[in-house]
Amino acid sequence: MSTENETLTASSYIQHHLQNLTFGYHPENGLGIAHGAKEAQEMGFWAIHLDSMFWSILLGCLFIWLFKKGAERATSGVPGALQNFVELMVDFADNSVKETFHGKNELIGPLALTIAVWVFLMNLMDLIPVDFIPYFAEHVLHIPYMKVVPTTDVNVTLGMSLSVFALIIYYSLKIKGAGGFIGELTLQPFSSDNVIIKVLFIPVNLLLEGVGLIAKPISLALRLFGNLYAGELIFILIALLPFYVQWMLSVPWAIFHILIVTLQAFIFMMLTIVYLSMAHEHH
Amino acid sequence: MNLNLTLLGQAISFAIFVIFCMKYVWPPITSAMRERQDKIAKGLADAEQSEQRREEAEQEIAALLQDAKNQAAEIISQAQKRSNEIVEEAKDAARTESDRIKATAQAEIDQEVVRAKEELRKQVGAIALSGAEKILGSEVSSDAHGRILDDLVAQI
Repeated sequence: MSTENETLTASSYIQHHLQNLTFGYHPENGLGIAHGAKEAQEMGFWAIHLDSMFWSILLGCLFIWLFKKGAERATSGVPGALQNFVELMVDFADNSVKETFHGKNELIGPLALTIAVWVFLMNLMDLIPVDFIPYFAEHVLHIPYMKVVPTTDVNVTLGMSLSVFALIIYYSLKIKGAGGFIGELTLQPFSSDNVIIKVLFIPVNLLLEGVGLIAKPISLALRLFGNLYAGELIFILIALLPFYVQWMLSVPWAIFHILIVTLQAFIFMMLTIVYLSMAHEHH
Repeated sequence: MNLNLTLLGQAISFAIFVIFCMKYVWPPITSAMRERQDKIAKGLADAEQSEQRREEAEQEIAALLQDAKNQAAEIISQAQKRSNEIVEEAKDAARTESDRIKATAQAEIDQEVVRAKEELRKQVGAIALSGAEKILGSEVSSDAHGRILDDLVAQI
């Protein structure tokens, strides 16, 4: 293999690994799966990443199945192993919520639990060697692209963070009322006893608070996406090395990545709780 | 990293999973945990209560035991007293009986002595009469001297 050929292979290898299995309507080729990033781009918004959806729903179902099983067996007597694990997770989510959130809300506990476990499972897919599932998909199932870590797809993280954002807006309006919410956006941080100065401050406050509000879902999504995308990319780069040196890098990185996987799931959950608790607070 | 429908799909599945979790996973687990918490609390309280009850029972046992001991001691002392009384009574009875027997014997002896004296007196009278007969060489008329002899007998 020539050097030029090798770099071409390397870059196409990386690109191939970072390409989602996009299904949508292409203006020229019609309804179907996109071949390459360019076609996927051309499909526009009304296309869907089948691989991201498949893995995220599969892992979500795994979470629900496992916890439902635990819930069905839940007794107040001596718990079994599964119940112990499920209770541990529930207790963890519940404690995290109780530490931060002081209102009464039936949604926030299950929400925190779902985020913690689901995001953790999606992140955990990163630890499966990068070529295993795509190779199987390509050569056995004849699926050209397969990105197995849903959280390396910005659509997935943004989809979750926008849901959280919708909840923030909903609870802000519900708890504080429209007036209270608008007041929070316009009358702080700069405030004055003088009415004219207060009015003058409104645009400045609105700008600051508006940016702060919009930044919440964006930062929430991009933090998770960025961490996992970078981790995945490094695994892909390591996979380009000769096979006998790969373990020297991939093993330490994988061990370090366990921390990131857990930490990012925890951060996503914790920030969701914090944001929702802020939405419940009166000023 | 183009935005597309995946975003909505993820948001929808997120909502479904959260709602499912809220409906079917969270309540049974938390209620089971709360129930267990209550059970444990109740168990601990029960244990404490039974411990207290045990202590009370022990105290009661000690009191009963003390009572029984006291009663036993009382019964023993009463019995001792009673036995002493019986012994005393028996002694008294024996003493009176022996006194009575002694008195009877004494009376008999006295009677015997009186009778012996009478006999002796009669014999002495007879001896003296025969002695006097021998001395006088004549027959003393017992009729004539009977009075004198009777006086003599009475003097002895």
